[in-house]
Amino acid sequence: MGSNKDIELIEDGKRMDGREFDELREITIKAGVLKRADGSAYLEWGKNKIMAAVYGPREMHPRHAQETRKAVVRARYNMAAFSVPDRKRPGPDRRSIEISKLVSEALEKVVFTEKYPRSVIDVFIEVLQASAGTRCGGLTAASVALADAGIPMSDLVASCASGKIEGQVVLDLGKNEDNYGQADVPVGYIPRSDDICLLQMDGNLTEEEYEEAMDMAIEACKEIHGIQREALRERYSTELKDENEKDLAEGV
Amino acid sequence: MSKDETKRELLLPGDEIEAEGLKPGKGVFKKDGKIYAAKLGIKNIRKGYVNVAAQSGRYDPSEGDKVIGTVSDIDASYWTVDVNAPFPAVLHVNDVPWRVDYGDTGSYIQVGDALLIKITDVDEQKRMQITIDEEGLRKLDVGQIIEIPPFQVPRVIGRGGSMISMLKKYTGCKIFVGQNGRIWIDGDLEGQYLAVKAIKMIEENAQAIGLTEAIESFLKKETGKDFDD
Repeated sequence: MGSNKDIELIEDGKRMDGREFDELREITIKAGVLKRADGSAYLEWGKNKIMAAVYGPREMHPRHAQETRKAVVRARYNMAAFSVPDRKRPGPDRRSIEISKLVSEALEKVVFTEKYPRSVIDVFIEVLQASAGTRCGGLTAASVALADAGIPMSDLVASCASGKIEGQVVLDLGKNEDNYGQADVPVGYIPRSDDICLLQMDGNLTEEEYEEAMDMAIEACKEIHGIQREALRERYSTELKDENEKDLAEGV
Repeated sequence: MSKDETKRELLLPGDEIEAEGLKPGKGVFKKDGKIYAAKLGIKNIRKGYVNVAAQSGRYDPSEGDKVIGTVSDIDASYWTVDVNAPFPAVLHVNDVPWRVDYGDTGSYIQVGDALLIKITDVDEQKRMQITIDEEGLRKLDVGQIIEIPPFQVPRVIGRGGSMISMLKKYTGCKIFVGQNGRIWIDGDLEGQYLAVKAIKMIEENAQAIGLTEAIESFLKKETGKDFDD
């Protein structure tokens, strides 16, 4: 949340990248991209490129971390060394440990963990290219990967950030808006039950601004939820499989 | 296969299921009197229960399943068996058809041996009790084992066992499909090779409609046999 007087974040009622105040960057999700993982998803969100993979439920190691009555959802958020303009020093740091914990807890809200006592569901989130909003992107991709892995869950988690730039509440902050804006509010949302499973705020907002930012983020999460569902439908739709059948009938 | 098969309804986690007068079965959950899908899968209704048949995921052991396990460890009075579940199962000397003296487990079953097992109980902690002391269960000394994703097991077996009996008929092999996705095949080499090829085809086209017919024509062509007349 620095300030840089040289950068105009809003010009002629539009944002730097030409978006409206309540407009998302372009999001594409593809489910089932990794063969060895039980479930996976690849997400592109503006310039963000994120890969998520799910393994499990499987035996929890270390054993002392097992929960006798439920499975543990263990997410690991990691940024590739080449994901940012300057090299990112590899390995877990303060920020990535925080995001790992956050995502784990958000996903635990939807997964029926009591079905797999003593086990662990491993979720790996690899940020290949970062440009603001990777924690939301990571969570969004991770929940698609979980569904792809056949993990029982009550809904898909959708996530999106809103914030404030130059005194204006806006949706889905871009790189410069994040760096030079006044506030950033990532939200994780469960549409079916209308619950919030992730909420943070960096910077300052008045009560009214906060309400506006929340409404904006939740609306966007509903839209993202649709994109997530579409990605899964595309992977599993019977229409696609019907084409296989034709190949099979003709080829054999 | 019937025409209804073309309208297989894909459900995603959290989807509400229209289920007037139906009870929640597998792969679903109930909240505020409504039934929702708990996992990604295809809806089916059986005996008044609405279920979601998984289209992905690992093997989840349940009581009564017959599976193929491999012995991973050996102790004085039990063997540890990997059954492709999150946790290994324990095969106690009381659950084998032989009288095994304490410390003599190794002369009956060795590490690496494959067993045809029945899961007799799964408790709340997902601890399994298994046995090979029942008719049809045994140590597998010959043949080969291949693996497919466990959720595709019903496709390899087919409706009422149609697919698997056809495979056996054409290839002349003994085949056993474990619920955990491991398949044991034994017979002459050509038959085994053909069976593996056919199963791989089923795996790749698991959702195809009219799969049994397609596999049959493949087997006919490969073997030159025809059981229709």
